[in-house]
Amino acid sequence: MRLEPRTDTPLALRLLAPVGAVVAALALCALLVAWTGAPVLRAYGLLFEGAIGSRFALTETLTRATPLILTGLAAAVAFRAKLWNIGAEGQLYMGALAAVVVGGGMLDLPAWALIPAVMIAGMAAGGVTLLGPAVLKVRFGVDEVVTTLLLNFVVLLLVSLLLEGALKDPMGMGWPQSAPVVEAAELPKLVARTRLHAGLAIALGLSVLLWLIDTRTIWGYENRAVGANPRAAAFAGMPVTRVMLRTALLSGGLAGLAGAAEVCGLKGYLTLDLSPGFGYSGIVVAMLAQLHPIGVVGAALFIAGIFVGADAMSRAMPVPNYIADVLVATSLLCMLVAGLLARYRLRRG
Amino acid sequence: MSSPVKGGPEVVLRLAGISKRFGPLLANDNISLTLHAGEVLALLGENGAGKTTLMNILFGHYVADEGTIEAFGRPLPPGSPRAALEAGIGMVHQHFTLADNLSVLDNIAVGTELLWRWRSDRGAARRRLLDLSQRFGLEVRPDAPVGELSVGERQRAEILKALYRDARILILDEPTAVLTPQESAGLFETLRRLTADGLAVVFISHKMNEVFAASDTVAVLRAGKLVATHATASTDRAKLAELMVGRSVKPPAPAPLSPGEPVLELAGVTVASGHGRPLLDRVDLTVCRHQVVGIAGVSGNGQTALAELVSGLIRPDSGRLSLKGSVVEHGDPADMVRRGVARIPEDRHSAGLVGTMAVWENLIAERYRDSSFSRLGVLRRSAARAYAREVIEEFDVRCPGPDARTQLLSGGNMQKLILGRTLAHGPDLILASQPTRGLDIGAVSYVHSRLLDARAAGAGILLISEDLDEILALADCVTVAYHGRLTPLLPHDRVSVSQLGLLMAGHWDILRDILPETVHAA
Repeated sequence: MRLEPRTDTPLALRLLAPVGAVVAALALCALLVAWTGAPVLRAYGLLFEGAIGSRFALTETLTRATPLILTGLAAAVAFRAKLWNIGAEGQLYMGALAAVVVGGGMLDLPAWALIPAVMIAGMAAGGVTLLGPAVLKVRFGVDEVVTTLLLNFVVLLLVSLLLEGALKDPMGMGWPQSAPVVEAAELPKLVARTRLHAGLAIALGLSVLLWLIDTRTIWGYENRAVGANPRAAAFAGMPVTRVMLRTALLSGGLAGLAGAAEVCGLKGYLTLDLSPGFGYSGIVVAMLAQLHPIGVVGAALFIAGIFVGADAMSRAMPVPNYIADVLVATSLLCMLVAGLLARYRLRRG
Repeated sequence: MSSPVKGGPEVVLRLAGISKRFGPLLANDNISLTLHAGEVLALLGENGAGKTTLMNILFGHYVADEGTIEAFGRPLPPGSPRAALEAGIGMVHQHFTLADNLSVLDNIAVGTELLWRWRSDRGAARRRLLDLSQRFGLEVRPDAPVGELSVGERQRAEILKALYRDARILILDEPTAVLTPQESAGLFETLRRLTADGLAVVFISHKMNEVFAASDTVAVLRAGKLVATHATASTDRAKLAELMVGRSVKPPAPAPLSPGEPVLELAGVTVASGHGRPLLDRVDLTVCRHQVVGIAGVSGNGQTALAELVSGLIRPDSGRLSLKGSVVEHGDPADMVRRGVARIPEDRHSAGLVGTMAVWENLIAERYRDSSFSRLGVLRRSAARAYAREVIEEFDVRCPGPDARTQLLSGGNMQKLILGRTLAHGPDLILASQPTRGLDIGAVSYVHSRLLDARAAGAGILLISEDLDEILALADCVTVAYHGRLTPLLPHDRVSVSQLGLLMAGHWDILRDILPETVHAA
């Protein structure tokens, strides 16, 4: 057997690849579920029901998907330009930090002005966090995988420091948490009596906007050219350095926005467990979506559904909710294989 | 000179019915060849004709779909370079496979000794190497690190490496591509000594003059098929060219034109390299309208820096670069395009085009900010596609359409795409770096005629090429690059290939004979 490149991948195949990957991952993980002694079909049925089976389940999944869409976009935008941003987690916390600072009563503005101000502050904080590693990369060739990854821990320690000190909530009974944001900074709910907030609308709007920028504007055109072949882009006269820095600001900004939206839409204040690894999951989301901004929405919904559904399932069955992590990781591996098969065809001999 | 007929020499290699398929492409189609002891066989063909594939099958890098190979009367097991080495087949690749940080001796001895030997017997290895070196006139310095050797020396080391392993059949893949004419002549002399000793040589080439200089027999491949095998003495250039291409080919014929006003002027331009000798050293050069100036030279003598300078990728450290009479202070690629410079890059795959993007996207890459292709930051995609369709039509780019992915195009069509991108706007100066490297004869003559059309229309052309035949066919004036310096312009009808070869090797004293009236010859 050997692989042979396809000259052109039909659209149907490109759309089918992720579906096939997910089906394959579910089939593989069925073995693990069966190992625990639980009936496989019932377990998957519960998982499915727990993810989208009721109004509550559905809104929970959408709520969980909101930060994943944003960090997924952050990863997709950066990876497209071959800027390997592994630091979305840190940028998310920087965005959250900016949100509690700006939204914590520092500005006395009505909601229609305060919410955009807080969101922009979150984006700016996240963007600037990635700008440093990006400058080091374009100026001195410093490997951004290392710098962005390590910055995550620096940021977490900084947040920890502030939550124990300057930003500590005096009414917080000694817990390491910030004072809550003021009411005018809170994102409105999309569905009454659920946790679903306007962050989802922002995330969906941004994914469409990014897709339009990517395909319709000279910004997106430059981004794609620089990402695919920086030497040819420079030769043709494109501002390669500026494109890289612009991409860094955008990617970090999207991750920062995820943090600000979690604070203002869901939690209300900042703690060290704001994100259960949304920044890292964003990488998985982007890979599943093949770095396509619209695909990111689907991938984020899928992963959020798995996590929310697995929680529900583990409450009813002896299957631990870690199965969600395994499922997501297996889908990523299957997706990589499916991507390969979409680009190549298998030949005998 | 040995010839296949003398005394009925032994058949050392027999390929029978070799076929190899890559997907839809039939790279080798039922090829049968025999090679005799003491024979030099030239394998002639255009790029993509299947020469390298055939030799890679012979050397065991690929496995043939059909056919058998016999070396010295015994069948050669397919797919094993080790078996090929043991059967006495040595290959000198186009891109050398020596480790830069090791000495010549170590490079040659590596892999010939068992790994678990307590100590290596370098004394014996050295004696053997020096003996071979003397016997075949292959001069090398055994202790010099390979990184410090010239290209010619490296090639000699590669050949010695094969001989050291007792190769009796030597395969050379495009051996002269990197050599000066004199070095090539030296190589051919070596080949004669080897064949006198009974070795058989296959050398792969697409250059006609080498075939006549070095081979006894010539086998012509076209589109995977062996179209003819001739004794070299019984054929001629025109016939071989026709066999290679499948139709007759006319050489380019530039019409005599008198040069117009200068478009490019370099005055005392120096580009530092950061260490040691500058890349360009006080270079003066003028290119006028209606004029093709050819830069000859062995690669690595400043041509790349010169091309990058005129492309706007680097700036002079001292000296002046002027276009159409105005000094370019802070040139960058976009600025050069605006000033009317059409730039054909040396490496079209990595510098010229973005392979994963569509043809139309590559066609507008230098001008996407123009109002015809974008407005307020938004691409005018239908206008760009319509423009792309025009250029594809005018420059005969063979592709499914403007939305085709560029990397699926052939080398010749990629080059036409770049010509279309740069020449469609009536440039004043054309920088053509290796414009026909790796192209087949049909595409070469297309590129040449397009360049000559632009010259007739008033452009000045700076032609950087390692192909002396190309330079002498197109250029009105020639200058030779050596160690970052350029000779004065030499009218093309006053220099010969051998004089250019001497200049390329740094023997600038002969300038006095070529240009007696020029006093300031460097």
